[in-house]
Amino acid sequence: MKKLVMIGNGMAGVSFVEQLLKLSPNRYEITIIGAEPHPNYNRIMLSSVLAGEATMQDIILNNWDWYTDNGITLHTGQTVTAVDIASGTVTTDAGLTIAYDELVFATGSMPFMLPLPGADKEGVIAFRDIKDCETMIETAKNYRKAIVIGGGLLGLEAARGLLNLNMEVSVVHVMGYLMERQLDPTASTMLREELERQGMRFLMEKQSDAIIGEDRVQGLSFKDGTVEEADLIVMAVGIRPNVQLAKQSGIEVNRGIVVGDHMGTGIPNIHAVGECAEHRGIVYGLVAPLYEQGAALAKKLAGVDSVGYQGSVLSTKLKISGVNVFSAGSFMDAPGTKAVRIQDDLNGVYKKVVFENGKIIGAVMFGDTTEGSRIFSLIRSGEDCTGREKEILYGSSGGSGKPLSLTDMAAAMSGDEIVCGCNGVTKDTIVEAITEKGCVSIGEIKACTKASGSCGGCKPMVEAILQSTVGADNVKKVKEGICSCTTHSRDEVVEMIQRMRLTTTKEVMHVLEWSNPEGCSKCRPALNYYLGMIWPVEHEDELDSRFVNERNHANIQKDGTFSVVPRIYGGVTTPEDLKRIADVAQKYDVPLVKITGGQRLDLLGVKKEDLTKVWADLDMPSGYAYGKTLRTVKTCVGNTFCRFGTQDAIKMGVEMEKKFERLNTPHKVKLAVSGCPRNCAEATIKDLGVVAIDGGWEIYVGGNGGTKVRAADLLVKVKTEEEVLEWTGAYLQYYRETANYGERTSEWSVRVGLDNIKKALEDKEQRESYVSRIEKSLSLTKDPWKQIIEDEGLSKAFDALTGPIPAEIASSIEKN
Amino acid sequence: MTTRIIAGHSSEFMNRRSRVLRLDGFEIAIFKLSDGSFKAIENSCPHKGGKLGDGMVCDHHVFCPLHDWKINLNDGKVQHPDTGCVATFPVELDGSGNVILTLDIGAVNPKVS
Repeated sequence: MKKLVMIGNGMAGVSFVEQLLKLSPNRYEITIIGAEPHPNYNRIMLSSVLAGEATMQDIILNNWDWYTDNGITLHTGQTVTAVDIASGTVTTDAGLTIAYDELVFATGSMPFMLPLPGADKEGVIAFRDIKDCETMIETAKNYRKAIVIGGGLLGLEAARGLLNLNMEVSVVHVMGYLMERQLDPTASTMLREELERQGMRFLMEKQSDAIIGEDRVQGLSFKDGTVEEADLIVMAVGIRPNVQLAKQSGIEVNRGIVVGDHMGTGIPNIHAVGECAEHRGIVYGLVAPLYEQGAALAKKLAGVDSVGYQGSVLSTKLKISGVNVFSAGSFMDAPGTKAVRIQDDLNGVYKKVVFENGKIIGAVMFGDTTEGSRIFSLIRSGEDCTGREKEILYGSSGGSGKPLSLTDMAAAMSGDEIVCGCNGVTKDTIVEAITEKGCVSIGEIKACTKASGSCGGCKPMVEAILQSTVGADNVKKVKEGICSCTTHSRDEVVEMIQRMRLTTTKEVMHVLEWSNPEGCSKCRPALNYYLGMIWPVEHEDELDSRFVNERNHANIQKDGTFSVVPRIYGGVTTPEDLKRIADVAQKYDVPLVKITGGQRLDLLGVKKEDLTKVWADLDMPSGYAYGKTLRTVKTCVGNTFCRFGTQDAIKMGVEMEKKFERLNTPHKVKLAVSGCPRNCAEATIKDLGVVAIDGGWEIYVGGNGGTKVRAADLLVKVKTEEEVLEWTGAYLQYYRETANYGERTSEWSVRVGLDNIKKALEDKEQRESYVSRIEKSLSLTKDPWKQIIEDEGLSKAFDALTGPIPAEIASSIEKN
Repeated sequence: MTTRIIAGHSSEFMNRRSRVLRLDGFEIAIFKLSDGSFKAIENSCPHKGGKLGDGMVCDHHVFCPLHDWKINLNDGKVQHPDTGCVATFPVELDGSGNVILTLDIGAVNPKVS
């Protein structure tokens, strides 16, 4: 077998190897030599590691097993020091000499460090690898002030990460605008304002002069004579292709290793791919083009004919949460170009699409970037949009004819086009996963191909490909069961439970032929809910089918401890209750006491075995802060004290909370009551919110203030408190009976339609029948904390076992 | 060298639930499956250390309560698409219903076994 040796173990190189293995699995004996002591990881996700959104484990793309499974010999922590072209061997710093038939340079790039005096001091780093991330996280524990030099993509992501680590961050940029290579001045200014709102400071048009400090950095001085204090300086001014080894081996090097369309260097059997390569005068630093290069090289080394790599149009997205920025192609105005723009300073939205001879050649967007992938596809396809320019941005109302939908775009895309830039997944791979491996959801496609598994930016496009693929084929294929254990939908399951009088999850799974005998963590709680909703008396709640929080009646935390939130009706408490909560917090060394967003107190960090004792000492009902059930009823003070109050909001809220607490619902339910239209209790972003008006109440439904903010819709205006309770009861029961398990009212009300909800509840007799059913369910509930304390069988499950363990065993066991 | 210890009595266990045994900083979760058999694994998910004993038991699998990783209680292997492994320990019932755990001292540390 021929020997393939690759120098470098990064994203571009390993992606090339993956594509080569797909094309021609047994052609080469592959050896990879990497300098970092890790398997291949997703470098562009480092900012997420810094932001605490991902761990090192999460960003590994190919784990150790992958190398073993594919018969690849991997040497990490080693650097290749010499390539002997004459004899066809490479030598590493650990003394290994490895012969090759084909050699691939995938040496990537080095962060460019400004040659400032003092740049070697402690606390001066780049933002390039895991080690840099670890240094930042460590530094943030003991120091406050950070300076990031460089206002480009990488610099801003580093700065955001440092803000998340609670450091004071100043960004120094030599130019007048941030990200000037990816944004035009308008977008750049909006970006800067947004980041300033997030707490970043900017020092623009500043040239760094020297790094001050003794052993450790203490500050940064500038050419204009000013000085800025700093405990940490992160240089993010750019990258330099890693070409030293190639150069000393006699390979042609310009800025990068010079390659042709098939990624070959001037020397036979030696190739280069990724950030170290220079193709037609361009060195690429973004992931998508590097994957395209890898694909071209894989084809060549697998002996497959191809036109080779033709260069890439670039698109950029900034990975900072809450900041949407997109740019692609040539987005600056130039002679011969025309642009269509939307600028909305009120909502912070800016979009600009640049045309030349009827074709889109570039775009830049800020605020709303949902159309980014659609427009990027148009740029790449080079489609003529003459006469339809305005539709691109304004939709069909802006011109004549139909705007191109994402699904149309997906259908028109060529098969070898990369959809997921993070993981280098082409449209063909996704289509194959759908047609041949039977993937019918985004989740399955993700599990199968990794597409949309990293930054998630391509999710709309993946979804569109899924739709266009199965839509043309056979729509029925899309049918998804409530989980992967079944193909039955929620409505079928519920209908079956009613018709066949099924009362346990075991029966349901048996009768409906579940593929896993005991289901999974998705369907078990769902079935348990549906059974309880349909047969409140006959169905015995199955504790072992409840998620940990609902089983333990407390909220699990990341370290395995729990949080305890006692019920505080309407957010109204007493000195006695507060004293008792304080005493309990002290007695059990509760590490954190926090006031929640729902007007109550959270005791965080309680050990599992202390839970029952904490509940007993609190002697208050459970606040159910952990369940799919009524959480809180937020209230304002209403006319009890407020000079604007028109009604008694507190009394109304307390009554509602007392009536509906402990109710099992498809998802959590949050209520609120405001005493006047000023709406201080924020009732219009609740699952059900009541707003007092002069002489009555307005009831709003389907609001949400969390994952996806949605303003509630007005359901009805009523006159009395009794009517509020009746409508609330009927509405909640209608939700219980028709929503999918895990579906908030905000999603449910959109799916079902407000008009249908109104129609279901408008008839008084109908309402009363819903109310009678909800009251039946409510009458069967008991306070769970009390129940557990009083039942030894239940409370014992919270304690650790105390079996007779021989002492010598305990002491000889190594700590994990 | 292996040692057998009595971890508890079968009457202290509920179906598809677990009890946790603490050994000098190391925790073992012992599960009772719906067929009445017992399984024992290290009480820490290889992902983020979630306490597997608090997870939902489905057949011979447990789902980690923190991020829903699925772990096979027979061999300790993390199921697709996640990867990893937790230590497993032989466990059985004696004639009087005691739950007997066999520990291999010296090889208990799951990272080396």
